[in-house]
Amino acid sequence: MDIDYHALAPELILGFTVVAVLVVDLLPVRKYWAAIVGLIGIFAAAVPLLTLALCADLTFCDDGPRLIFDGSYEVDTFALVLKALFLVSAFVSLLLSVGYVESDRYYQGEYYFLLLASAFGAVVMASSRDLISMFVALELVSGPAFLLAGWRKGDAKSNEAALKFFIIGVLSAALLLFGMSLVYGITGELTFAGIAAASAGLDDPTFTIGVLFVLLGFAFKVSAVPFHFWTPDTYEGAPTPVTAYLSVGSKAAGFVGLLAMCYLAFGEARNLWGPVLWIVAAASMTYGNLVAVRQTNIVRLLGYSSIAQGGFMLAPFAVASLVDEAGLGDALFATVTYLLIYAFMNLGAFAVIIAGAVRTKSAEIDDWAGMWSYAPGIGGLLAIFFFALAGIPPLAGWFAKFVMFRALLVGTSGWGALLAAIAVVNAVVAFYYYAKVVKAVFMDPVPEHIVADDLRTREVNPALQLAFAITAAGVLILGIFPQLIGFFGEATRQLASGL
Amino acid sequence: MFDSGWALSLIVFLPAIGALVVLAIPKENEEGQKFTALVFAVASFVLAVVAAFQFDYGQSQAFQFGTNIEWISAISSNYHIGVDGISLPLLVLSTFVTVLSIIYSWNHWPDPHNPKAFLALILILATGMAGTFVALDLVLFFVFFEVVLLPMYFMIGIWGDRDRVVLPVFKREVEMRLYASIKFFLFTLFGSAFMLLGFLALFFTSEPHTFDMLELAEAGRAGAFTGAVGGWIFAGLFLGFAVKVPMFPFHTWLPDAHTAAPTVGSVLLAAILLKLGTYAFVRISIPILPEQSQDWAPWIGILAVIGIIYASLACLAQTDVKRLIAFSSVGHMGFVMLGIATLTDIGINAAIIGMVAHGVITGLLFFLAGSMSHRYHTREMSRLGGNLKLMPVMGAILGFAAMASLGLPGLAGFWGEFMALLAAFNPLDALDLDALFRTLMVLGAIGTVLAAGYLLWMLQKVNLGEPSEEWADHEFHDVDGFEMAAWAPLIISILVIGVWPKLVFGATNDAVVNLVQVTFGG
Repeated sequence: MDIDYHALAPELILGFTVVAVLVVDLLPVRKYWAAIVGLIGIFAAAVPLLTLALCADLTFCDDGPRLIFDGSYEVDTFALVLKALFLVSAFVSLLLSVGYVESDRYYQGEYYFLLLASAFGAVVMASSRDLISMFVALELVSGPAFLLAGWRKGDAKSNEAALKFFIIGVLSAALLLFGMSLVYGITGELTFAGIAAASAGLDDPTFTIGVLFVLLGFAFKVSAVPFHFWTPDTYEGAPTPVTAYLSVGSKAAGFVGLLAMCYLAFGEARNLWGPVLWIVAAASMTYGNLVAVRQTNIVRLLGYSSIAQGGFMLAPFAVASLVDEAGLGDALFATVTYLLIYAFMNLGAFAVIIAGAVRTKSAEIDDWAGMWSYAPGIGGLLAIFFFALAGIPPLAGWFAKFVMFRALLVGTSGWGALLAAIAVVNAVVAFYYYAKVVKAVFMDPVPEHIVADDLRTREVNPALQLAFAITAAGVLILGIFPQLIGFFGEATRQLASGL
Repeated sequence: MFDSGWALSLIVFLPAIGALVVLAIPKENEEGQKFTALVFAVASFVLAVVAAFQFDYGQSQAFQFGTNIEWISAISSNYHIGVDGISLPLLVLSTFVTVLSIIYSWNHWPDPHNPKAFLALILILATGMAGTFVALDLVLFFVFFEVVLLPMYFMIGIWGDRDRVVLPVFKREVEMRLYASIKFFLFTLFGSAFMLLGFLALFFTSEPHTFDMLELAEAGRAGAFTGAVGGWIFAGLFLGFAVKVPMFPFHTWLPDAHTAAPTVGSVLLAAILLKLGTYAFVRISIPILPEQSQDWAPWIGILAVIGIIYASLACLAQTDVKRLIAFSSVGHMGFVMLGIATLTDIGINAAIIGMVAHGVITGLLFFLAGSMSHRYHTREMSRLGGNLKLMPVMGAILGFAAMASLGLPGLAGFWGEFMALLAAFNPLDALDLDALFRTLMVLGAIGTVLAAGYLLWMLQKVNLGEPSEEWADHEFHDVDGFEMAAWAPLIISILVIGVWPKLVFGATNDAVVNLVQVTFGG
């Protein structure tokens, strides 16, 4: 069989890096070298990504449909964009981890190994175009993540986090497999294209049940209401860099699976999943936001906020049955754009939380009060990322919300407009709790028990600084020149036009 | 340099660049920060003035100095800017007031000090304001419209009033600044989110899909947005703009925000930010949705007049000088909206000169209120009195500003109110609502009398009489140099616009007449 090694290069490099990190862990060097090897590996994996993206313009590059393994694995613009997203989130998550893991007394080498393995799974997932590779890749994303969530094994909360995450993860995997088996049984096809072709005009209740179970499995992964309840506890208990990774990388992986399944495999069944996801999206954004308002712990707040943001990302799915092909392309574009921008915003917000927690030794919002007066840099970054999450221009979040609303209003349908109205009210509620944190940091007096100028905690470690630089640049630049990620809009439209 | 189009962008973005430069200056170097901020603001203002001189007044209905380049092609949005006779005065006003605010800030730093952050916020605000007035693309407009929110939120929240108030519904006691800042933001955000939905609906209803205001206006005249969809779109836009103006009953954020904001914040809020809403009615709602504008005109007129009367009565009940001025803003914006609601050239001309006049007059009043509370450490009118004796110059300027605010002929405030009422006598023929608008005119006229009432009452309490014994041992500084430098230009503008309104009309009239003609065929 002819294998397109260029298309597989990112995965191969990343796979090699995963092993290399384990080897470095054996060597008698400081453990952060494992992280550095990981960072270099991710960077190296991004190079073929770039050459693949620019393939049409390169002389040595053989441009063509990159469908390998009998249609199971495809490297198109859609996949490339998402791979880039996963590489960036893994890169920043590693940067967030370095200082954090080093100051802990647990294993380090294995930590980096697991994080990279999970990211490797996500990168594979972006290209998976059949049921088996999708499932295997998803498990590769989840498995290491279970272990990472329980990394602080001396901490009861971390144990709880891991256990909840694990049990729910296994349950959702089982549901997903069950659904996939039904779909395979009815259609007799494993590849998404095959399923789409076989399900055209198919009216079979078993297929419907299969689709619903697949949706259910992914709903756990993306922590959509009502399958969200593990999220806040896991986020709070897991080490903060892991939470950052879970809320961006692992969540995005769930969304990628959902996108690929819904649009590529179940395109013919969109009259089925569209309305279901309408309800799930509305419930997620409303529930997530209302509960977030009451949170006093900043990590839990972001946990609920991530449930709500997930609702915004699901919203474009909801109108899929109401729009034409161009509208489907817009919906796909909206969710992917939202994921990309959300990755920068949320990773940045977690970077702020890590830096702020070092200063205050607390994750309670009240303890963060007045931080601007003694740590203006962290305060300013907090305002940037939280208002970006709230969707205030010129920070990137506005464009994410904009394309989401745009996708909802494409068909000027009543249901789309209603969901848009619900989303508007939710955006305002969400602003309230993001602003609540900003208010505490900028406008409230410093609590007495906080030692504001503890010289030992003044330094922000270089890895974290780099993470700040990447995420802040992303949020600011994408907010002013959203076209930088708009380029793949055409690609998503083409993808959707096949439906 | 203007013909090529980039100078207009410079007016908009110079302040933002200035903000970055200010942020890069070390915290200790306050003089450096102030000079930098001033230089950038003045540069922007000077360019705006040059633009006003180069502007072709014979062609004031046409957009000049424009640029139209691709911005976000994924959503078909362009960086399309330009000024016509309607936006030019407001552009000049916004850059003008920014400069004065920075001059005034020179030695007036509200707690907790930090000039660096404060100046950066003023400059970002300036970019947002100027950008809104030149944007000709709905997405671009939306971004600029929202950019002003963050700086203002921080200004009110950090440097605002620290008095404690009891929240109306929650019965919790919080500091005024915290309550006012979040209320301001939530109200505006709520409105503007629906406005955004309206923009998107316009985009998808137009053929070919576009966010360009000029193309949309053309489509609107051709009847592209009719029926129920058009009505919903207008409602969405109305919500966004009416909160910003603010119109009764969406005005409740305004008295709190104005009262709680630091002096410069109140000035910018009153002088410029409120105009973003009224300007949007003239720039977006009327040309793009002419049919719905006519349907909604009577309701807008009625709400405007309720606002006028309600605000006047509310003013009479105030004990706080700053809050009184804040409520008077609601009334003045009511006149602006009444002018717009008539859909006539006289009415819209009145609206624009009303906006400019309100900008300079209320700006001055808020400066005065700020300087007085700086000296008296109170804004309670019952404790003030005899200001004219304690500080003759300050008292005189206050008297002058109050006279201008009540619409004394010969001063700037007169034209907007008088012409709005005049226009209400004879609204757009197609409306066929002469009786209603004439009633509104009479009620509005009563409003001017009430306005005279509360302003004179305020003058009597604050300026006249004997100083209370409380101040007997106090030594008061009368107006200082920086205050004079910030106020004198405003005083001069009030006089000049008052006696020579053509300064504004010269720019606006042709543009407005053309707007009404092509939109309503009248």
